[in-house]
Amino acid sequence: MTGPENTETRDGDQALEILLGRLLRAGVLAAASVVALGGVFLLLAHGGSTPDYGAFVGARTALRSIGGILAEAVALKPDGIAQTGLLLLIATPVLRVALSLFGFARQRDWLYVVLTLVVLTVLTAGLAGWQP
Amino acid sequence: MSYVVLASILCAGSLVAGFLGALTGLGGGVVIIPLMTLALGIDIRYAVGASLISVIATSSGAAAAYVREGFTNIRIGMFLEVATTLGAVAGAVVAGHVSTGVLAVIFGLVLFSSALQSFRGAHDVGGADSSSPSAVRLRLPGHYPLEGSRQAYGVAGVAPGFALMVVAGGLSGLLGIGSGAVKVLAMDRIMRIPFKVSTTTSNFMIGVTAAASAGIYVGRGYVVPELAMPVMLGVLGGSLLGSRMLVATHSSILRRIFAWVIIVLSAEMIYNGLVGKI
Repeated sequence: MTGPENTETRDGDQALEILLGRLLRAGVLAAASVVALGGVFLLLAHGGSTPDYGAFVGARTALRSIGGILAEAVALKPDGIAQTGLLLLIATPVLRVALSLFGFARQRDWLYVVLTLVVLTVLTAGLAGWQP
Repeated sequence: MSYVVLASILCAGSLVAGFLGALTGLGGGVVIIPLMTLALGIDIRYAVGASLISVIATSSGAAAAYVREGFTNIRIGMFLEVATTLGAVAGAVVAGHVSTGVLAVIFGLVLFSSALQSFRGAHDVGGADSSSPSAVRLRLPGHYPLEGSRQAYGVAGVAPGFALMVVAGGLSGLLGIGSGAVKVLAMDRIMRIPFKVSTTTSNFMIGVTAAASAGIYVGRGYVVPELAMPVMLGVLGGSLLGSRMLVATHSSILRRIFAWVIIVLSAEMIYNGLVGKI
């Protein structure tokens, strides 16, 4: 049996994990609040309309990029606000990975700093609108 | 159907899906997509987008409770996230090039196998007695709380486990599901990581995996706020309720019933995909 290595490192891991767990929950709650707010506006503005989602058209172009989504939210468009909440939700695990980068760096665990950077690169590429 | 009625149905259905998903451990996404496509006639690409969003919400919401117990292994999680995120990007790319019928058939098959797996129930093969050299080099072995002390465990099968994780990520990106069943299979059966460590670490990874393809989905217009809003809020509310009741109910009977529901849904998805109705 391979014994547990440095206990100090593991305790550091545990403290970091608890912090990251709290961050995730706060991010989800913040995102859900913004989505709910946008949802109320959506229902008030379009509640009576009869949209057809049977054929794929896709979200309108402004709601497909970070810049566009934020601009629509600032303009107080209901779907822009809801989409901003969804964007916050997607960003939450990305932020979690970014913070564990600092945790590994503080432990001078360079192997995991590199692995975390790889994951972070893949995540930010997708969010930044890179289309493979 | 007016939008307010559609949103109410979606929210209520997602609430039930999230609730049952948390109680049975099968996840909410598996019922959302059949509900949207089969029952409401929504294009599967919208359904996949909304489902993926709800997967991030439930995974991230539940992770906070799990990590406190000290079972999550952050190094195993990060190492395997390299595999799942790359797989997720590949899955999202493939999703853009296959027909909706093919997507429906693949979804049905994955649904069917995850239901079958759930019939076998929880099984603890126990941790590996010794670690492979590559696992030691990657500092994957850890320990978890057991009766007041810490029980050390080894990790084996790093390369095949990593490969299966690429597949798990691919399915997640292709179908907008958490694919927690495949993740646990890779960690529990192949890497011989203790069951409780596998399930909690898997949950920790699901949100990150889903986020990798979610950005691509947004860029393609798969994520429509009108549909993702009621689904996300419903699933999140349902899963929070479900995780609170987890201890109080007889989840094994419920698990069986839910697994049968999933088998019926998977057959419907495969049939509709084959005849070109989706």
